[in-house]
Amino acid sequence: MDKTVPDLAAAVAGIEDGMVLMVGGFGGSGAPIELIHALIDRFKATGSPKNLTVVNNNAGNGRIGIAAMIDAGMVAKIVCSFPRSADPRAFTEKYLAGEIGLELVPQGTLAERIRAGGAGIPAFYTPASFGTDVAKGKPVAEFDGKSYVQERWLKADAALIKAEMADTMGNLTYRKAARNFSPLMAAAAKLTIVQATNIVAPGEIDPEQVVTPGIFVNRVVEVAGAKQEEALMRDGVAYA
Amino acid sequence: MSQKLSNAQIAWRAAQDIADGAYVNLGIGFPEMVAKFQPPGRQAIFHTENGVLNFGEAPPAGEEDWDLINAGKKAITLKPGAAFFHHADSFGMVRGGHLDVAILGTYEVAENGDLANWSTGPKGVPAVGGAMDLVHGAKRVAVITDHVTKDGKPKLVKRCTLPLTGVGCVTRVYSSLAVIDIEGGRFVLREKLPSMSVEELQAVTGAELVLPDMIGDLIAPEV
Repeated sequence: MDKTVPDLAAAVAGIEDGMVLMVGGFGGSGAPIELIHALIDRFKATGSPKNLTVVNNNAGNGRIGIAAMIDAGMVAKIVCSFPRSADPRAFTEKYLAGEIGLELVPQGTLAERIRAGGAGIPAFYTPASFGTDVAKGKPVAEFDGKSYVQERWLKADAALIKAEMADTMGNLTYRKAARNFSPLMAAAAKLTIVQATNIVAPGEIDPEQVVTPGIFVNRVVEVAGAKQEEALMRDGVAYA
Repeated sequence: MSQKLSNAQIAWRAAQDIADGAYVNLGIGFPEMVAKFQPPGRQAIFHTENGVLNFGEAPPAGEEDWDLINAGKKAITLKPGAAFFHHADSFGMVRGGHLDVAILGTYEVAENGDLANWSTGPKGVPAVGGAMDLVHGAKRVAVITDHVTKDGKPKLVKRCTLPLTGVGCVTRVYSSLAVIDIEGGRFVLREKLPSMSVEELQAVTGAELVLPDMIGDLIAPEV
């Protein structure tokens, strides 16, 4: 039971055209930049994967990570709560030109839809968005005198996740606030691919410290010294 | 209008109503200022949507850790007793009724408690973030706002005209001119600037003010 793979290219193998791809992180915190860039490398070399639906809280920043995927022309649609950032040009230009789709989801609803996807709950009711434009066309119901909107689960073909520590069985820890959506996405994807700063032998992570159990993880690749989105932005890096 | 509270003074006034030990979410931007004005001897525990409880001020420039940010993607620090958690737990805290107070900014707030603070119309790229979740579940949902728009139109209105963030969700408004509770679908005036008459305040408010027997003076220090 060794889930480690030798390099980033091997890690992102099997992500194909038209897939739904969840990408962990909130802004730069927890963004798996190296996995994303490995996917861009493959697209540049082979023209695939393209027509991806990307699920993330945001829609990219600057010219790196998800923004670079959009720039490269790999993304057909974004599912997110907040497609604005310090430098949202990549998404904004394509969106205003009608070249990329957007499904706008309130942040808590996005998190819960992903959680439900991983937990086998096909639908649930939430108070968020009731009576707003975002709820148009969705079933509503009253419970104990209050109105709620029905939301559906959200699942993915693959997820790209950044962890702090992983063991070879795929048990994960995260650094500070970098976990955000990642534990939910790891459970909601069929193929969960993790870049970890440090990979250790089973038993070296205290079971009480495991945040994402290895059952949700398929592949782990070590990326020591992973780049932070904010540092790349500061250095003016453009990847696409 | 010759006189009104500054944004900092509005934030100061809102901070006076936050109890010691309260769990509080402050919206991105202007509401973040409320944290600076906690009364001495009281300590609120601040929540941020991306999974941190009990965070503190921004670190000095150059000492940012970009894995440690708030919902506005600004670098933060931790106080003793902080906790990390994932996004589903974070919004469980929100919708599950565990927060004592959420304080948000607004474009419009209506006498029935409807809030419009996420979109000014169909132009550009829409973005909602966590606002539609935050207005549900906190025990008190307050807004802090200028009483009127930049061109002098009321922001406190009979019914919102902009796209709604939430229906019937706001319980109190701290404005540059007054403190107003929303009760039974009406604006109930609690405090106003002492230099202003009720008639003057009514003239810049888009729905009728209910006048209780006691109306306090809204006085904030220079901050």
